[in-house]
Amino acid sequence: MGEVLVSLYVFVIAGFLGFELINKVPPTLHTPLMSGANAMSGITIVGALTLATVADARVSVLLGAAAIVLATINVVGGFLVTDRMLATFRTRR
Amino acid sequence: MNADLIAIVALVSIALFVVGLKRLSRIRTARSGNALMAGGMLLAVVLTLVEQGRIDWRWIIGGLALGSAVGVFVVVRAQATQMPEIVARFNGYGGAASALVALSLFWGAVIEPAAGGSAIASLGAVAALTAVLSVVIGATTLSGSILAELKLRGTVDDGRIPARSVVMGATFLAALASGVFAVSSTDSGAAMYGILGLIVASILIGVVLVIPIGGADMPVVISLLNSFSGLAAAAAGFALSNPLLIIAGTVVGAAGLILTQIMCVAMNRSLLNVMIGGFGGGFEADTSDYVSITSSDAEEAAMVLEIAESVVIVPGYGLAQARAQTAAYDVAKALQQLGVNVRFAIHPVAGRMPGHMNVVLAEAEVPYELLFEMDQINQDLPQTDVVIVVGANDVVNPAANTQPSSPIAGMPILDVASARRVFVIKRSLSAGYAGIKNELFDMDNTTMLFGDAKAILDELAVELQKAAKR
Repeated sequence: MGEVLVSLYVFVIAGFLGFELINKVPPTLHTPLMSGANAMSGITIVGALTLATVADARVSVLLGAAAIVLATINVVGGFLVTDRMLATFRTRR
Repeated sequence: MNADLIAIVALVSIALFVVGLKRLSRIRTARSGNALMAGGMLLAVVLTLVEQGRIDWRWIIGGLALGSAVGVFVVVRAQATQMPEIVARFNGYGGAASALVALSLFWGAVIEPAAGGSAIASLGAVAALTAVLSVVIGATTLSGSILAELKLRGTVDDGRIPARSVVMGATFLAALASGVFAVSSTDSGAAMYGILGLIVASILIGVVLVIPIGGADMPVVISLLNSFSGLAAAAAGFALSNPLLIIAGTVVGAAGLILTQIMCVAMNRSLLNVMIGGFGGGFEADTSDYVSITSSDAEEAAMVLEIAESVVIVPGYGLAQARAQTAAYDVAKALQQLGVNVRFAIHPVAGRMPGHMNVVLAEAEVPYELLFEMDQINQDLPQTDVVIVVGANDVVNPAANTQPSSPIAGMPILDVASARRVFVIKRSLSAGYAGIKNELFDMDNTTMLFGDAKAILDELAVELQKAAKR
């Protein structure tokens, strides 16, 4: 099986996994769930890091560096804001 | 570190994501789920840094430090009421980051070497196509999310685009044409213009998609954009053949689609129907004038409320817009002191993002136990003495049940008209997003309280507190 085909297998199975994971969610959690899932989509930071391999300031490197900054904001801010929201849900239980 | 060990650590990271997301979808475990996901992300980043023998630390440390500082700054500085806006903004950043990753790959492999081969030849067909896909989805997510944030903040109003489906089709075609050009052109300069054209077209798609959308359609679009940010990461994963990106991105994409579906079901409409453009078209919208509007003021309303046994408060986008959640809870607390059974009824698409009302009320520290979903509360409404509707419109319009020709026919609504008495707090009689008359306002048991939601609720709370002391 070629690399592309393996990627395709992974893609399809991950899709089913995502559907199954979020089958029934109480409405209270819709916003935090979106926010947390969005922080997870910041996984693209890993892609950005693998591209920042050379030191000279070429366009491709600058684009990669910009990607690192935005993805880090997404990841750090995303998980923090989700935690802050969930904290307001918890305090009065 | 050898390759097998790296693959195993990546697997641990994926497991943390999956378990974390599962826990995030249950109230009791949500916070720990979020922490697990953050842990998985940290592991993935550290792993990537270790794996790379040839990293340039300057960009990486600078980028991580700047990004973390901005992320922390934005969240710490944000007021509690701004959470939904910030979620929308971060969503845009996520999409943009994936687009930039794909762009960086494209630039480094095709434009900078200027080797005279097409992107398909130098990157391989799959990587070239998925890189282009990542740019399209990511840039659309960015512009769509920025607009969504501005709308949530109230800076941008819902606009109308003439012949929207034609404009939409044209931008799609432009994106398709420039994408094909970018990957197939053998001239690196031409390929650069292709990819730049693609970025512009994708940004336009996001704008055309979100500009005219408001009201109950907004939660659909926001959860769809959330799904997009995941799919952009997955597409970048294909381009880089990185399974971690593919799995995490696809899981987010699928989860976002599920949420989108939940929102569509709550409105009894299909996703296509929402995307093609708002309500109207083919329906006979009833725009006749109101005939028997009764209006009153807070003082009189308080007199009715203080002798009620059960009260249900229905919040809508207007409550969030007027930042009236604390005032609403003050009213609820005053009523509780008077021995009244108070509950909040939440329509699934009330507000501008999925679960908007829940977050807004949680910020005012309204206990979770007081919030009831539509299905739970509808059967109790006929036995309810007073319903207070705060800034909600289409989600309480009885036309959804009574008029088969109405644009919102079949949409599940909160059946507040069946309560003994209804107070509607609203600025004016203007129509909701669906642009139709709300029959509720005309009913005999409905009294309008015109004005700013926060001012009226504050006044109500004061009156009720006085009554409680008597």
